Amino acid sequence: MLTKRIIPCLDIKNGRTVKGVNFVDLRDAGDPVELAKIYSDEGADELVFLDISATEERRRTLVDLVRKVASTINIPFTVGGGISAVSDVEVLLQNGADKVSINSSAVKNPQLINDLAQKFGSQCIVVAIDAKQIDGEWIVHLVGGKVPTEIRLFDWAQEVEQRGAGEILFTSMDHDGTKNGFANEALAKLSELVNIPIIASGGAGNIQHFVDTFVDGKADAALAASVFHFKEIEIKTLKKELKNNNIEVRI
Amino acid sequence: MKIVIINYGAGNIQSIMFAIERLGYKAVLSNNPDEIKAADKVIFPGVGEASYAMKMLQESGLDVLIPTLKQPVFGICLGMQLMCNHSEEGDTKGLGIFDVDVVKFTSKVKVPQMGWNNIYNLKSDLFKGIAENEYMYLVHSFYAPICAETIATTNYELEYSSALENYNFYGTQFHPEKSGDIGEQILGNFLKL
Repeated sequence: MLTKRIIPCLDIKNGRTVKGVNFVDLRDAGDPVELAKIYSDEGADELVFLDISATEERRRTLVDLVRKVASTINIPFTVGGGISAVSDVEVLLQNGADKVSINSSAVKNPQLINDLAQKFGSQCIVVAIDAKQIDGEWIVHLVGGKVPTEIRLFDWAQEVEQRGAGEILFTSMDHDGTKNGFANEALAKLSELVNIPIIASGGAGNIQHFVDTFVDGKADAALAASVFHFKEIEIKTLKKELKNNNIEVRI
Repeated sequence: MKIVIINYGAGNIQSIMFAIERLGYKAVLSNNPDEIKAADKVIFPGVGEASYAMKMLQESGLDVLIPTLKQPVFGICLGMQLMCNHSEEGDTKGLGIFDVDVVKFTSKVKVPQMGWNNIYNLKSDLFKGIAENEYMYLVHSFYAPICAETIATTNYELEYSSALENYNFYGTQFHPEKSGDIGEQILGNFLKL
């Protein structure tokens, strides 16, 4: 049976791993390549590297880091941040990335999704969506959740699927950094609306939150950062507990 | 040992190169027929869309060369699918090495299948020392049904072939280079055939 995936996310700034509370107040949690190897050995199913400063600073992603990670680890990984052109993706994939994640650039230029899917295949195109609730409505936000758009989350999710996204990484800005659990209601609705895998992100604080997002949120994968970086949750323990809760995982 | 990875513009070849290096070997990328023919082992990767990939193979004459190879050949993911008779993806005629037609998962399940799934009913030296039901990493929307050449089975919507073998030709739907230490072991088994 296809298993639910656990995905540590390594937010990268200046070549180091960082994780902020609600994307502000960054703390240093170590060397990305070293962390990647540790997570891979502990049983992480995939890794995500997000260059969180990239969009703001218009910096291109970290090709050297991608090469180092790809030569060190033998599980799939996704790279995101600052990707706005087909040529950006080409260089990342050529250097060993398995997938790329696009966010703001897809909102600004939705055709980019079609272009990337056509050239590289849907399987390597993850569309990341940051959203928060405004007057009861889930609204897509840009630039690490700082800038609201007028786009509704559920409309956008359907559109990115139609344009060829292979997967959606949904981050609830209302939950991110709170450690109060994932946005399971919205996640379940997303899973019903689209027929591509959904990665839940934002809000992981304890093991039960992961159980809930797989059961109630119907997520295909769950992504978290600080709970893993600061060893509040060990991946091995987490997967064992998920299995105890009859959730299929790779152990 | 000379290992050649067939280079026809298919994506993420670097990961296979790195995996082979971690196993202590070195591989070269090539689309040169003489170099491919002279190799001890040939790896046929593939990521992307079937009809486009087949067009790339045809342009370099590799579609004619590959079925005539005598040494062990290992098709991975789309590489394996292209070695079949036909693919529903882009209504593409395949290389005809595996006697099976590749078809698409229905919308009863999420497509693509993305993630780790177990392989069982293992029947080949490719899986020497590999236990039943180990998890492999898969990303695909199309699959090869069970057939006489099936050497590993996986279940997603239904049971299908996650690996095929016919004489010196091997193929896996999963990515051994991305499937942790066990995947690397399978790649290592191929290199020792």
